[in-house]
Amino acid sequence: MGIETEYGISVPGHPTMNAMVASSQIVNAYGQYALRGARMRTHWDFDVETPLRDARGFDLSRADADPSQLTDEDLGMANVILTNGARLYVDHAHPEYSTPEVTNPRDAVLWDRAGVGIMLRAMQEAARIPEAHPILLYKNNTDNKGASYGCHENYLMRRSTPFADIVRHLTPFFITRQVFTGAGRLGVGQDGRTVAYQMSQRADFFEVEVGLETTLKRPIINTRDEPHADPERFRRLHVIVGDANLSDTATYLKMGTTAIVLAMIEEGVLSDTAWWPLKPVHEMHAVSHDITLKHVLTLQDGRRRTALELQREILERARAFCERERHAEFDDQTKHVLDEWQRVLTTLDEDPTSLANEIDWIAKQSLMEGFVRRDGLEWDSPRLQLIDLQYADIRPEKGLASRLEERGRLVRLFSDADVARAMTAPPEDTRAYFRGECIRRYPEAVAAASWDSVVFDVPGMDSLMRVPTLEPTRGTRAHVQGVLQGAPDVASLIAALTSGSGG
Amino acid sequence: MAQRESADHRKVEREVEVDEQEVAAADTAPSELDADVDSILDEIDSVLEENAEDFVKSFVQKGGQ
Repeated sequence: MGIETEYGISVPGHPTMNAMVASSQIVNAYGQYALRGARMRTHWDFDVETPLRDARGFDLSRADADPSQLTDEDLGMANVILTNGARLYVDHAHPEYSTPEVTNPRDAVLWDRAGVGIMLRAMQEAARIPEAHPILLYKNNTDNKGASYGCHENYLMRRSTPFADIVRHLTPFFITRQVFTGAGRLGVGQDGRTVAYQMSQRADFFEVEVGLETTLKRPIINTRDEPHADPERFRRLHVIVGDANLSDTATYLKMGTTAIVLAMIEEGVLSDTAWWPLKPVHEMHAVSHDITLKHVLTLQDGRRRTALELQREILERARAFCERERHAEFDDQTKHVLDEWQRVLTTLDEDPTSLANEIDWIAKQSLMEGFVRRDGLEWDSPRLQLIDLQYADIRPEKGLASRLEERGRLVRLFSDADVARAMTAPPEDTRAYFRGECIRRYPEAVAAASWDSVVFDVPGMDSLMRVPTLEPTRGTRAHVQGVLQGAPDVASLIAALTSGSGG
Repeated sequence: MAQRESADHRKVEREVEVDEQEVAAADTAPSELDADVDSILDEIDSVLEENAEDFVKSFVQKGGQ
């Protein structure tokens, strides 16, 4: 699994500054800082990117596509592949950080937070350029003026899972998981015109149930079929409904619960359920808009359920499923996710305000209500709008989520030292280890890389050597550490890999 | 502070008109918690960007994914 986050970007005092240029400054500044001496032209290997392939089985022709859907149009844009296996680049006028591939939600939280640390460092490095205007970055999803940018989750799934099952079961789950994944937003409607507080930053930007688009007419279930792995065996489910979370607990639950639901869908154990909402897009908005958690969804079979009731039904199925399965993959962390999921649902029901230290939308709401109470602010007050925005400011001295963490009012799952380490070290149990280690050990020789390849420029060889990494769980530390340690230079690495002794 | 107090009075008066129970509930809130919340609000006051209205207005993004 993995998380890709587009950060909000602004240059105070210079509103006309081109966002793509500012985003490139951020990415290049970090590239200069982190990969000193490395060849800065480590390109993204686009050979295998097919953003117009649709999981429903047909290719969208280029003429039908909106230009914003074409990532290879951005070929000239800044792009850095990092020693932690992550990718830092410019996407649609935002700096974006994609975590390395990880195997569990706890690691997803850690390498997502490493991304915040990387963006912060990038901001500071960019500010050192003489006469540069300071650039500010925000881990949020909307400017409250009509624009939205995403925090996407990716999950590796078996290709054999019918896509119709994914749509059928994930849709009700996504609509209702907002009760703990929402990052909170003051403003309703895409342009935030209506003054009201809602759970989710993203909900109002979803307009259709299923589709390929990510930038317009956004669908609850995205069908992009770009596995970044062996396409015969794998699908990468691209999830675009999520908010960018500041709270570790929220990110952990978002990734952990979704992974469990996907496992149930893969195993086909949900076929008897009837959770489909009569009007999914309407319910996506309605659940987010009702911060009292009392909104009742009407299901297709006529049953009526609140979001919490539906979540509890899904949780009960998940618990039964995990207890039945005796697989090694249902490990301690899976049990922990189930327990946390249950605790949060119960607390949302009984005493939601006590989750202000774990759930973003409640943390932000508590701050705003504090100001309303103390200073008599009206809900359309610019100061409350500023609190909404500044909650997501990534600067530790300015960001309100950071201030809450500093006071122990927002729970953290990792220390600063853990996060600092993850900014440079890759996870050890996926192919990200091979990618990150190659960039660390042979910085001059990695000509290009992508999720499923590393391309080497080997001294003395006429052509570039492309090492495919189509199997996400190969290239781990256990697989390749020996080969890497035995290869002082890239020529010996290639020799070892091609002789069949590694990879 | 004077401004803040008068704002509080206005707030209380409004609540009395709307809902007497709500005011009663606020009166019984634990004062220790209030002090903690107040200190958080004070800290946030001190880090909030100046000129909130202009700052929020100037945060304009291009759409992303």
